[in-house]
Amino acid sequence: MNNRLKNNLFKYWAITCTLFGIAMLLIFLINIVIDGVGRLDWNFITDLPSRKPELAGIYTAIMGTVWILGLTAIIAIPIGVAAGIYLEEYGKKSRFANILEINITNLAGIPSIIYGILGLEVFVRMFGLGNSVIAGALTLSLLILPIIIVATREAIKAVPKTIREASFALGATKWQTISQQILPAAGGGVVTGVILALSRAIGETAPLIVVGALTYVPFVPQSPMDQYSVLPMQIFNWISRPEKEFATNAAAAIIVLLLITFIMNGFAIYLRNRWQKKVKW
Amino acid sequence: MKKRNEKIIEFFLALSGAITVLTTIGILWVLLYESVLFFKEVSVVEFFTDTQWTPLFSDKHFGILPLISGTILTSFIAILVALPIGLSIAVYLNEYAHPKIRQTIKPVLEILAAIPTVVYGFFALTVVTPFLQTLIPSLAGFNALSPGIVMGIMIIPLISSLSEDALYAVPKSLREASYGLGATQFQTSFKVLVPAASSGIIVSVILAISRAFGETMIVAVAAGLEPRLTLDPTVPIATITTYIVQVSMGDVPQGSLEFKTIFSAGMMLFVFTFILNTISARVKKKFYHKYE
Repeated sequence: MNNRLKNNLFKYWAITCTLFGIAMLLIFLINIVIDGVGRLDWNFITDLPSRKPELAGIYTAIMGTVWILGLTAIIAIPIGVAAGIYLEEYGKKSRFANILEINITNLAGIPSIIYGILGLEVFVRMFGLGNSVIAGALTLSLLILPIIIVATREAIKAVPKTIREASFALGATKWQTISQQILPAAGGGVVTGVILALSRAIGETAPLIVVGALTYVPFVPQSPMDQYSVLPMQIFNWISRPEKEFATNAAAAIIVLLLITFIMNGFAIYLRNRWQKKVKW
Repeated sequence: MKKRNEKIIEFFLALSGAITVLTTIGILWVLLYESVLFFKEVSVVEFFTDTQWTPLFSDKHFGILPLISGTILTSFIAILVALPIGLSIAVYLNEYAHPKIRQTIKPVLEILAAIPTVVYGFFALTVVTPFLQTLIPSLAGFNALSPGIVMGIMIIPLISSLSEDALYAVPKSLREASYGLGATQFQTSFKVLVPAASSGIIVSVILAISRAFGETMIVAVAAGLEPRLTLDPTVPIATITTYIVQVSMGDVPQGSLEFKTIFSAGMMLFVFTFILNTISARVKKKFYHKYE
């Protein structure tokens, strides 16, 4: 009896814990929607930032995020996928590959703000890029490389050996096999990983603060060398102000940021499920 | 010709991989180089024993202890929240819940991990702190308690997912033997499965601590940016990460001593997280050989 009681007590405790997690998520989302949804209209999206909370919009921050995201994708995707291919297909037993593997595990555990410090010293100061969009994008690229590499490897690993062997048997070279058989077959997994990595980059604030993203930018970047702000920076700036109206603006901007994040995550999960269903080995 | 092309392609693929090694070397070099410059002006003894950190004031002190105490305090609160809840969820999903419930709840909880941290900061400042102030009237508007708790909520899915994976990996025979002896789910979970999966659970906790040490925005928004050597969770504090943010947002001239402090502070953070990550990698390696 005693044992059964303990068992049931724990069960209810554990259900409470699970519900607590879900409840927190709900409270959190509902609270932000209540705070911010009234402020959210088309003007809020298309207006420039302003010192008057009721006139301020997130246009330059959104455009900055688009710039950062685009450049990060251009830099990180080819490098990450190439490194993933190398590790999974070429370097299997070599010492170099072994070092790479340990190194990537380590990199994934380094706090994002440390990447900011690296970007500040190397891209901003040494390369002389200043507080530019490209310096921010390079920094975030290094940050998400490990995620893309791991995702690429997992996707390639899932492609059965028979495909590879069949291709070799037909006389294809190693690269022909990879580019024409393995990558198309692994494509869904790679794309899913890339989207998840980019959605992580969208929410990153700390490393961009260190490499000099601004909190107030009255213009949209015209080139990779221009200064910029991003959505999370704008949110951070508004949260830090004492006026209550700016907190409302922050909540409205958070709704936009969360929508972008959730849409990207949802799309990644959709792709993964579709891909898993379509490709049955 | 074909063979040469193949070699060139392999070279470029390897080069892409080498960029990750350059990243690590870059991080080590930057932190070491600037820290050495910093320690030419500030003695190591002062850095580790002074109880004040005020590089941005006219009366400058360079004692890292207040930043370390702030970092440990917020992380400790976060783990205090996340460990019991995360582990209970892991045991529940693994042993009690219907597989369908498990399949639904796991991804829902993982949404918590996908939310940008600055958003959590807003939550801590505008919801959790005012709520806590109704319970603890003496709680300051900026404090360690609220961001610590919110950080804990954020890392619940980290602990619950990784621990659940570890519990799931325990061979079925152990579970069946336990039930065969008439044990309840509770006894099976805590006397058989949790001990058997202990290394995986330890890994999840170490990774969670490492994550909490490096967490920046929640604390930057809600903890107050005031370096203070204290373990009192109700007063404003600063952490290593928030100090770096504070300097980056200000107009400290690049190359000055104040500027160099972010590298010495960053070095401390790097060392802490590196030690934790190395321990977890060791434990993990051991764990993977256990049931082979």
